[in-house]
Amino acid sequence: MTAPRRARRPGLVLETDRSTPPMLFHHGEGFRLERLPVGSRVIYPPEPVEPLPDPDEAIRQALLHPIDSDPLPALLHPGMKLTIAFDDISLPLPKMRRPDIRQRVIEAVLDLAAEAGVDDVHLIAALALHRRMTEAELRHCLGDRIYDAFAPHGLLYNFDAEDPENLVHLGTTDRGEEVEISKRAAESDLLVYVNINLVAMDGGWKSTATGLASYRSLRHHHNVHTLQHTRSLMDLRRSALHQSNWRMGEVLRKAGVRIFQIETTLNNDTFPAPFDMLQKREWEWTARDRATYIATEAALRRAPRRLVRSIFHGIEAPHQMTSVQAGEVEAVHARTLEHVHAQQLVHVEGQTDVLTLGLPYICPYNVNSVMNPILVMCTGLGYFFNLYRNKPLVREGGVLIMSHPTPWEFHPVHHPSYIDFFEQVLAETTDPAEIEAKYEQAYATDEWYIHLYRTSYAYHGVHPFYMWYWGAHALEHLGGVIVVGGDPRAVRRLGFKPASTLRDALEMAEDVVGRDPSVTHLHAPPLLLAEVT
Amino acid sequence: MKALLFERDVPRFAAARIAGTLGGGRGARVGPLRLADVDPPVPPGEGWVRVRPRLAGICGSDLATIDARASRYFEPIVSFPFVPGHEVVGDLDDGTRVVLEPVLGCRARAIEPPCPACASGELGGCERVAFGHLAPGLQTGFCADTGGGWSTALIAHESQLHRVPEELSDEDAVLVEPAACAIHGALRVPDRSPTVAVIGAGTLGLLTIAALRRHRTPGTVIAAAKHPEQRRLAKELGADVVAEPAELLRAVRRVTGSLALGDGPVRSLTGGADAVVDCVGSATSLAAALAAVRPRGDVVLVGMAGEVRVDLTPLWHREVRLAGAYAYGTETVPGGGGPSRTARTFDLAFELVAEARLGRLVSARYPLDRFTEAVRHAADAGRRGAVKIAFDLRGEKERNR
Repeated sequence: MTAPRRARRPGLVLETDRSTPPMLFHHGEGFRLERLPVGSRVIYPPEPVEPLPDPDEAIRQALLHPIDSDPLPALLHPGMKLTIAFDDISLPLPKMRRPDIRQRVIEAVLDLAAEAGVDDVHLIAALALHRRMTEAELRHCLGDRIYDAFAPHGLLYNFDAEDPENLVHLGTTDRGEEVEISKRAAESDLLVYVNINLVAMDGGWKSTATGLASYRSLRHHHNVHTLQHTRSLMDLRRSALHQSNWRMGEVLRKAGVRIFQIETTLNNDTFPAPFDMLQKREWEWTARDRATYIATEAALRRAPRRLVRSIFHGIEAPHQMTSVQAGEVEAVHARTLEHVHAQQLVHVEGQTDVLTLGLPYICPYNVNSVMNPILVMCTGLGYFFNLYRNKPLVREGGVLIMSHPTPWEFHPVHHPSYIDFFEQVLAETTDPAEIEAKYEQAYATDEWYIHLYRTSYAYHGVHPFYMWYWGAHALEHLGGVIVVGGDPRAVRRLGFKPASTLRDALEMAEDVVGRDPSVTHLHAPPLLLAEVT
Repeated sequence: MKALLFERDVPRFAAARIAGTLGGGRGARVGPLRLADVDPPVPPGEGWVRVRPRLAGICGSDLATIDARASRYFEPIVSFPFVPGHEVVGDLDDGTRVVLEPVLGCRARAIEPPCPACASGELGGCERVAFGHLAPGLQTGFCADTGGGWSTALIAHESQLHRVPEELSDEDAVLVEPAACAIHGALRVPDRSPTVAVIGAGTLGLLTIAALRRHRTPGTVIAAAKHPEQRRLAKELGADVVAEPAELLRAVRRVTGSLALGDGPVRSLTGGADAVVDCVGSATSLAAALAAVRPRGDVVLVGMAGEVRVDLTPLWHREVRLAGAYAYGTETVPGGGGPSRTARTFDLAFELVAEARLGRLVSARYPLDRFTEAVRHAADAGRRGAVKIAFDLRGEKERNR
């Protein structure tokens, strides 16, 4: 166990002056260069942490020398039921180059299981109410060897939260929260959970209590009240969502579910060439970077949309592993967070009146898919707004300006209930509490959505609600949201204001926050976590 | 007298057809419709009177005629040249304000004995609209002998006239005829249907929603409406769920709890609405109606259709009943707790117009001189936030001489 490595260069808060070049804004499947007002702050993420020199050896050491647990070989014996659950396609973003970290870890676990004579092994993609992973996605994530050994025998599969035969209710927390998870996982002699902690929100008890849980369980923390009291999603200490998961973890523990948690962290080396200039600081762009940007931007603008989408979703990040720790869930997770913070934490003094963001083409729920308007809302207000500890980057009553094309477009296979949510629910109201009270139950129990979730590649019927709730804290906190360069109809349907340029958006923001506001730009991705004092 | 005259003119007809494809209502500028000074129509016999129009509406069938989109089916049952305009409120010479019931049935044509349809009060089904002492014409506004509402005078048989109650405005009154059409269509929908979808929210669609609410006690009414103002009015007049046309199937699925077949875009449902009223009459709307209706449900075609290309497989496979609904006649309606009653559709229409204050649907009025603008406005009504466009004859000098 080593102390977290430091980033090559720490994060930075830059104050712009007249010589500051235009800033890069991600803009869906494209980019914009925007000049910020003089005196604006730009928060840059730390540069990538040095990766582990020998990840396979690090994994082996973690399994043999776990935290607060017997070594994995001591937990394995012939005749036992072993279940290996792993994070689904929503992590990491973008998908990483092969071999995926999960493949490395699971191969190591399977080697130990084989040595111990364990032959009853199931592998489950812990996707909760996300869409099922395709064969190609599973192969990318686990490698062909694992896929070919397990999938044809029905031993590698996607979790099905709507299969009552394969769920078990293990009890309730002291707050009355029901805990219902995968029966196979719960009744195994050992559940090995393999995680990727891309951000501080991931991992811990959330892995099992969310990833392997049914709607009956999830509704206790994926709701408006909990999310409004989650400040932030990235701060375990102040997250009602995590506290609920932790209470559920206690129920799992008391019910005798034996978990061996394996958590991993990645550096934020996010974009391969030719997109690698996206993670450089603009004033350090070389002539070649500038030429690459201009050429890339022009090509993307001219290329057919379908091609552009396939280019972006074909990106494989050069992420590399910075840590791996295994053992008891909470102890492991505490160590994991240290590594996440070492990579992502940036200290920021004071809040801002206006926070600007450039939203990228991808979020956890549109891998190989369409970033629909609801996901734009969730990415901006759910994820990026929540990239803070202590207090939000933007002050209460402040304005969030996001740049994204926000097309009125949905993937009809992946997001069927999103389309209805957008057409029916948001046409009526954008108030999370009203939405929850009036519509959630009908969507959660809709037979067609359930059918598509179970048999096709659709997110569960209730999933768009969770996306909306994810932004509930931001909606309550902010005085306004403006989307630059978005489809005005779609933006208005979200309850936000459209603007054609950043300059227009800043002028509009002044109507809410007053003249000459302070402006801060969150220069992400690569992701960072702002410690706001 | 001053009138808009529609003549049989093949080159102009061709020009209107081309212009009409560039945008609805453009046929008015280049087609066979023109402003003319014509002789007043001559009463063909006893029982005919002069009507001086006050307001005359522009209807979807008028627009189809002007843009040369109407079916050739009508050729033997219209006569040229004719003055369009069948949605009319006007004055008799003694000052009585009347609404015209435009179907030219056996009584107006002095045919004795009347055909079975006219004898039973089902005027819309008249079998003699091309016979008798009048030139062919299914309605006033399509007959060379009677004149039409888009003029300063027409003639009408006394059986065609309904006195307008004083409390109704001219705007209310001019909507009585389309309201009667809507009621006639709505009454084709089985009473107490749990779910009824209405496709189209122009005048006819909106009036159908109002008529369904008054006479049919449907569980849920789903309206497919293209434009924001249409959606607002659809809700106001009684639709429970309002969706854009492309969203209709999904809305029907949500309300009925149906499943959709296949994954990806929703194209067909396992169930559907108990009845669908198509107030558009296009290939697209008819296909949508057939996709949205449940097996053994009813599709009622209220909008005037022309030649359309539609896959009828779902009609066959799901044993759907497809019915047309034209004009009006005599209706049997629930008695509101008591026994059902029989009434003429126009009488029911007067009630509906008064109760639902339908005169507010008249969005703009034009003098005859500005007929090209009026027609364009009517063709673009939805997009421009309007519903019914009418000619206003009240200020025409010739009318008031």
